[in-house]
Amino acid sequence: MSVLHTVNKSPFERNGLESCLRYVKKGSSVLLIEDGVFGALAGSTTSTAVKGAMANVAVYALEADVLARGIKGKLLDGVKLVDYAGFVDLVTQHDTTSAWL
Amino acid sequence: MATKKMLYLNRRAPYGSVYALESLEVVLIGAAFEQDVSLAFIDDGVFQLLKGQNTAAVGMKNFSPTYKALGDYDVRKIFVEKESLDARGLNRDDLLDLTYEDENEGYAEKDSIQVVSRADMAGIIEQNDVVFSF
Amino acid sequence: MSSIEVAGKMMETDEEGYLLNLAEWTEDAAKVLAAAENVNMTDAHWEVINFLREYYDEYQIAPAVRVLTKAIGKKLGPEKGNSKYLYELFPYGPAKQACKIAGLPKPTGCV
Repeated sequence: MSVLHTVNKSPFERNGLESCLRYVKKGSSVLLIEDGVFGALAGSTTSTAVKGAMANVAVYALEADVLARGIKGKLLDGVKLVDYAGFVDLVTQHDTTSAWL
Repeated sequence: MATKKMLYLNRRAPYGSVYALESLEVVLIGAAFEQDVSLAFIDDGVFQLLKGQNTAAVGMKNFSPTYKALGDYDVRKIFVEKESLDARGLNRDDLLDLTYEDENEGYAEKDSIQVVSRADMAGIIEQNDVVFSF
Repeated sequence: MSSIEVAGKMMETDEEGYLLNLAEWTEDAAKVLAAAENVNMTDAHWEVINFLREYYDEYQIAPAVRVLTKAIGKKLGPEKGNSKYLYELFPYGPAKQACKIAGLPKPTGCV
């Protein structure tokens, strides 16, 4: 079973991302959306945890939300950007979706 | 009406919630009353001032250019906390250039943004008569 | 919902007569909006309208009267950057009336 975990809150304000990363298993994916995209920032207090997770899971960020916030050039290496169609593809490629609100 | 020192304390990122936009609108409306206004950006509030925001794909209004009008509204004290920038992997160069014209010095353009330490920010909060939190 | 007709095209406005979609604005629309306000558009009016459109384009807001007056003075000269001049052009308030004709939303901080 593979799970797509979505995180939509800033990791600096809520612990959704931190909590999510404790439950991800190999083969699952994490998709950062809305203010959750701040979790993809390089050089931040959360980037070590996210980098660590990337050893086991793929981390995606919704490009529209990244662009809106002006952080496209500031993301961790290895974070993959997806558009809305890519979001839908990820949902269909995984067995289930778990939203960390 | 006696002039009061008013601080708008911004702690939220733009777009994910309505706080940032609401704060900016209240600042612009409040500026009509000629009070002594300061803006502070801490925690996720610092994201409001990032350069290069482009909201075309999310279908929301990009209100970051409006911060550049604050100088016209005589809002000249914009404090950004260094620790909040650091925690997010950001620095001063990532922020918008916000300026005002100093009528006492031949309308020279001056920076409105001051990056301050957390300790200084605590002092700034204390020095104001009214704090509006967003 | 109300609307105005500009050269055969309907444009929606709010209940106060402000255009809902500022991208629809044309000079013809400005003329229709001005006529509804009993404003006879002269070059002096267009100068203010164009200024407002540029201001909005840059800052994404319609400026408050005080800000508009100051900014016009800086760009077009002190003889135009005063409320007497602007109120003569737009008797019901430069920000309110001129913004409407310019197709902008009601100014933030318009009290």
